[in-house]
Amino acid sequence: MATDTTEHVKVDSGTWDGGNQPFKASYGKLMMWYFLLSDAFTFAGFLIAYGALRISMPSWPVPDFVFSILPFELEKLIPGGVAPLIFVTFMTFVLLFSSYTMVRAVQEGHQENRKGVVYWMILTIIGGAAFLGCQAWEWNTLIGKEHMTISTNPFGTHTEAGVYLEGDGHGINEGDTFKPGDSYLIHQHGGEFHRLKYKVTEGAGADSEKVHQMEFGPKAFGALFYFITGFHGFHVFSGVVFLIIIMVNSFTGLYAERKNGYEMVEKIGLYWHFVDLVWVFVFLVFYLL
Amino acid sequence: MGHMTYEQSKSVAFKLIIVLAIITVIEVLIALVGKGYIGGIHAPVWAMAIAMIALSLYKAYKIVYEFMHLGHEVPGMLKSVLLPVLLLVWAIIAFFWEGNDWNVRRTQIDNFNKKEIGSNAPNTFDIKQWEEEPFV
Repeated sequence: MATDTTEHVKVDSGTWDGGNQPFKASYGKLMMWYFLLSDAFTFAGFLIAYGALRISMPSWPVPDFVFSILPFELEKLIPGGVAPLIFVTFMTFVLLFSSYTMVRAVQEGHQENRKGVVYWMILTIIGGAAFLGCQAWEWNTLIGKEHMTISTNPFGTHTEAGVYLEGDGHGINEGDTFKPGDSYLIHQHGGEFHRLKYKVTEGAGADSEKVHQMEFGPKAFGALFYFITGFHGFHVFSGVVFLIIIMVNSFTGLYAERKNGYEMVEKIGLYWHFVDLVWVFVFLVFYLL
Repeated sequence: MGHMTYEQSKSVAFKLIIVLAIITVIEVLIALVGKGYIGGIHAPVWAMAIAMIALSLYKAYKIVYEFMHLGHEVPGMLKSVLLPVLLLVWAIIAFFWEGNDWNVRRTQIDNFNKKEIGSNAPNTFDIKQWEEEPFV
């Protein structure tokens, strides 16, 4: 509180002179809340745009097909060879854990325990950095291995039942059949997308002569994925930077001198929980639904 | 946490993180079981969606009220943060409505383009005999 620490400036006590605190919270904390509110609207705008575009397409990449591999090819140890959603679940746990360590840092701050604050903040920083590392791996796989860009989406969905006329060397063999709703990934061979040829065997399009080719998935998917997870990842990154700054300041005893229960730690805590909160919805919209 | 002792608030935070982790596991299990990866069952998509949205909203509520401490702030401050969020309700309805309309239009245009002109069609350039399709 301003009145606790300033000796030279006399603060008027009248309601209109700043002497009244209707919300019983400091200016900095309140403004952090309103910043987070505005940030929530930005994220909501992104996620609602995702929903509107997804509903406007006849088909959409299935998340448990797109996100089904693990680092170091660990998914091959699982029967079936795929690990749908396992890696993103792990990422969710990392962020959740760092949210808990952040709460502990704030609580130690209320106890004016300098060592406790620094200890729990370091754990939070490690959690945030681990999350960023996971996201870097996920992006690297999508860009380098699966060749998804903001305007090309190789993840498609079959709308008819049919049979492949050729194999791609990535699990699809000549003569394999598929059903409507089955997902596929168009692989690259020598820098070119290799769109497999197939024939439709059932339904209105059943025509033994006509040869079809795999179509690319909805274009918007790549742009939405990179912009939304990128925007969230950027929040995590700036959060880690601020956590490091505030951790160093706590370590040097700057906040101990202020004797306000480490309010700065509380404010970065609000921001950090908000990042976790946004991830709850990114996780829901992008990976679960 | 003004109303709680240090020990109490410590145990509240620990319990809460366990609850959030369990809910996350339940959500992922709903997605994997419902889509047939475990056990070979296929649950209706709308039922899975409702369950997962409800669980996520509960997680969000717990994070905002307990971790971010909003539940223990002055009611006026709580309202000043939460009431503006209600604006999103209309945004969600409006944009999903719009997205659905794009889908209808796209399908309509697609079907129209696929339509083959029969041999009895008038042999002129004026063959745009398109029927007005109901707009839903």
